[in-house]
Amino acid sequence: MLILSCPYCGVAADETELHPGGEGHLVRHGPGSSDDEFESYLFLRRNPRGVHVERWRHVHGCGKWFHAARDTMTMEVIGTYPAQVSEPPSEILNALGARSA
Amino acid sequence: MSHRLATGGRLIDRSTSVRFTFNGTYLRGHAGDTLASALLANGRTLVGRSFKYHRPRGIVASGAEEPNALLGLGKGDRFEPNQRATTTELFEDASTTSQNHWPSLDFDVGAVNTALSRFLPAGFYYKMFMHPRPLWKHVYEPFIRKSAGLGEAPAAEARDPDSYEHFHIHTDVLVIGGGVAGLAAAKSAAATGAQVLLIEQTPHWGGRAVVDGGEIDGVPAETWVNATLQTLEGMDNVRIRTRVMGSGVYDHGYALAYERIADHAPGGEAPRHRLWRIRAQKIVTATGAIERPLSFAGNDLPGVMLAAAVRDYVVNYAVAPGKRTVVVTNNDDAYRTALALHDAGLEVPAILDARAEGGGTLAEAARSRGIRILTGRGIAKVKGRKHVTGVAICAQAGEGTVLDTIPCDAVAMSGGWSPVVHLWSHAGGKLTWNAEEAFFQPDPKRAPNTHDASPVVFAAGAANGQLGLAEALSDAWSAGGAGEGAPTAAPRDEAPMRPVWVMPENAKPALRRKAWLDFQNDVKVSDVMLAAQEGYESVEHTKRYTTLGMATDQGKLSNINGLAILSQSLGEDIPAVGTTTFRPPYTPISLAAIAGEARGALFQPIRKTPLHDWHEANGAQWEPVGHWRRPYCFTRPGESKHDAVIREIDQTRSSLGLLDASTLGKILVKGPDAGRFMDMLYTNMMSSLKPGFCRYGLMCSENGFLMDDGVVARIDDQTFLVHTTTGGADSIHAHMEDWLQTEWWDWQVWTANVTEQYAQIAVVGPNSRKVLEKLGGIDVSKEALPFMRWTDGTLADIPARVFRISFSGELSYEIAVPANRGRALWDKLLEAGEEFGVTPYGTEALHVMRAEKGFIMIGDETDGTVIPQDLGLDWAISKKKEDYIGKRAQARSFMASPDRWKLVGLETLDGSVLPEGSYAIGEGRNANGQRATEGRVTSTYYSPTLKRGIAFGLVHNGPDRMGQEVAFNRIGGEPVRARIVSTMFFDPEGEKQNV
Repeated sequence: MLILSCPYCGVAADETELHPGGEGHLVRHGPGSSDDEFESYLFLRRNPRGVHVERWRHVHGCGKWFHAARDTMTMEVIGTYPAQVSEPPSEILNALGARSA
Repeated sequence: MSHRLATGGRLIDRSTSVRFTFNGTYLRGHAGDTLASALLANGRTLVGRSFKYHRPRGIVASGAEEPNALLGLGKGDRFEPNQRATTTELFEDASTTSQNHWPSLDFDVGAVNTALSRFLPAGFYYKMFMHPRPLWKHVYEPFIRKSAGLGEAPAAEARDPDSYEHFHIHTDVLVIGGGVAGLAAAKSAAATGAQVLLIEQTPHWGGRAVVDGGEIDGVPAETWVNATLQTLEGMDNVRIRTRVMGSGVYDHGYALAYERIADHAPGGEAPRHRLWRIRAQKIVTATGAIERPLSFAGNDLPGVMLAAAVRDYVVNYAVAPGKRTVVVTNNDDAYRTALALHDAGLEVPAILDARAEGGGTLAEAARSRGIRILTGRGIAKVKGRKHVTGVAICAQAGEGTVLDTIPCDAVAMSGGWSPVVHLWSHAGGKLTWNAEEAFFQPDPKRAPNTHDASPVVFAAGAANGQLGLAEALSDAWSAGGAGEGAPTAAPRDEAPMRPVWVMPENAKPALRRKAWLDFQNDVKVSDVMLAAQEGYESVEHTKRYTTLGMATDQGKLSNINGLAILSQSLGEDIPAVGTTTFRPPYTPISLAAIAGEARGALFQPIRKTPLHDWHEANGAQWEPVGHWRRPYCFTRPGESKHDAVIREIDQTRSSLGLLDASTLGKILVKGPDAGRFMDMLYTNMMSSLKPGFCRYGLMCSENGFLMDDGVVARIDDQTFLVHTTTGGADSIHAHMEDWLQTEWWDWQVWTANVTEQYAQIAVVGPNSRKVLEKLGGIDVSKEALPFMRWTDGTLADIPARVFRISFSGELSYEIAVPANRGRALWDKLLEAGEEFGVTPYGTEALHVMRAEKGFIMIGDETDGTVIPQDLGLDWAISKKKEDYIGKRAQARSFMASPDRWKLVGLETLDGSVLPEGSYAIGEGRNANGQRATEGRVTSTYYSPTLKRGIAFGLVHNGPDRMGQEVAFNRIGGEPVRARIVSTMFFDPEGEKQNV
């Protein structure tokens, strides 16, 4: 059972306190988008063996959504960060870069 | 014949006699016995029949790895099948029965399968029971059901009278296993100042070392164990528990443990089992090792046991499994059994050592006691039908030519040891092959990691491949984390073991067919070889094809032997073939422990409205709606539910009804961008709603499907009050937060779920206005409060918000008051409504009235695949808005397809009520050869207003087929014909509600 630190309230939360929300940083495609764009937005998801960026909500805590970058194989949590960003912050990107180097 | 020795027995209390029954016969054991030791003491070596061939089976082991001695335990409500005799402590009046036999243990019809065993090879079930199909129902299935399954399920009417609980705990270090390695690891961890929890699955400490002897820190192992326990018990930072099994290890240092609090003393006040939910910074698995059987013909006969188990019974329980025991081994450790037997005055006619070079110091000790040792020898075949009567000896290097026969009544076998790597493997720890010892052991370079990528599980002692006492202690000490101070012992002094996977090495098919790998699942050497020959190269596939290592065994006894045979057959190395996956729990745990307190009234919390107590006292027939309980109807003495519903509807439509609508979801949406957000949430335009007005709206998922509906009231310029369905309040609030926090985070909008802050009462019927006027306060006249308006004020001096909305088609008001004033308002309404025959009604009357009026219900007309357009709700979908959640999805080609089933009303020609879920029968057959369908019933009721059955259905081209007849199926009867009509069955012009 995972432990993820909520970037808002700072609690190191058990998985049972959290609600998973699938892949993070999806770009919404609304009216006017092509069928392919919409299909990819609504249905196509990465399922990586390795680093994944996911959405989680601290539902039995502060109620906030956040992002977690973690390795699905080693269970390492590279970091958590707020939901209100379009891409991972630089410290997460740097950590990921250091891993692949 | 008693097999209890006159002296000895570390764990038994000879002064206390314990009575129990086995298959109805009274037997006696001692306090401290396990069921297994007590049965053996009574000479009961035949304890069950095997799964497939119904072969006679006896006790093989002394611990959790026991494959055969699974018994039915207890009676009536406390009966439980598959209780392992080796790990069940004896208690007074224990009632035990053997399993898998018919009609009796001694004479079993299914044993004929043994004679047929040539025809029951690996994959038999897959091969033989395929065809012909008609034989399945009357021949194959009854046969399989009769012969399959371990034990019998408790009676259907049985109810477990015991209680169970969960226990949550955080600790720095969790040490699993209370042998000397676990004790050393715990002591070491405690010395660093860490909070330590040490658990042991049996009632006793010390593991193997206290049986096998040896000295630690210069004193006998048992003395050291007792001293160490005393030290640990005296430390504030250490908690130690027996009868607690480490069941599973999960991500990030989470572990489950299973405590058997009262299995040995049933019927008391204490909970029977406790599930420990543990979060540890570090987990040390000191789970020891399990001895492997040897694969020789007849190795499954009662009387053939693991060598270490034989000495456990002698040393711990003073029980002699046999008077004359032949020891057969490929390693030095089994010599300890010969020595223990000899020292207890029991005969050891021979030690058969498969190694041509023989053993080391231990072998010398045996030889010096005059025990005959035959090296390079093995067992060709065990003699006997229901019990061992002798062994035929052969050269291990040969094909099984019998050299000699030795009469005996027990065989102690040892094929070497396998570390218990289960817990290490649960959370992803990897293994490495140790060729010298022929076992897989934890690879510390590939340990299970925690969130910061550091190792979180550490194997210690024998579980880490350290079989020697000194080596295990020093390994465990370092796993515990302390530096200096490891307990010392003499280094291991044993000659190398030699892997023996089949005995003899070139055993012919006739022998291989009688050499068992997995006793519990009846898998033999020949089965695995056949699987390999048939192309099962993956160990996971072979496992499932042959059933090797399935059920409770989970690879404890059979794993390595099976792998070795498979790899030999495939011509590959064992590490290349690999192991099957180890999954929790380590040994079976009770379902009741998993459920814990969550059963009966505590299964889940029940949400009660402020009017719950009144309902309960007034004939409410409860219906669960989400976590709420809502009255389905209120029955009067002697009245049926059906009659109550009809009365409630008639009275509401003709005069005055009251509905507890408190469960309705109420969410405040507030902020400068609230209107913009509401327009995205709803398919229709909400930003144009004026304060003081109400509007019905639909909410869709991003996939376009209708998920909730309800009335929105605009409170002020920046505030909307969203009403959701009863079941939708929490999920819709979460839906709003998801979009606000993760997509439109720059919009200034806040939401609050205020569902439980208000009691809400619907006052419904032609006299609803009159009763509110009697209460006094808010002007509820047609002019002051028209349809689809709301207002704040007081009613009967209670602060109230009144919505003039209707879900029944009647003149109707919904009144929200602070939750703690709900009952006061309800009582006032009952009092004032008495002259109108005021009638509280339940959810069924609500449903019928909404259906009569043509209103849809989320969850009846919708099922996650229905879009608003299917329901004829196009009027509630804005054409002006550029975007709303679900709009793009609804533009997909199949959403606009003319072939979608659409909502219509249905009237049976004979006036009957259509069956729920019934399908409209179409022309011909579909691609699967099934009868084609062209629609289905979504809601169906008896309408007392119309005095006939009415229904809604989704029907192909339905709205274009008004007046046509469609046939609906009825299970066990002729199809029912119904006419397609408008969904608006009653008062289509709205004359009743707009007064």
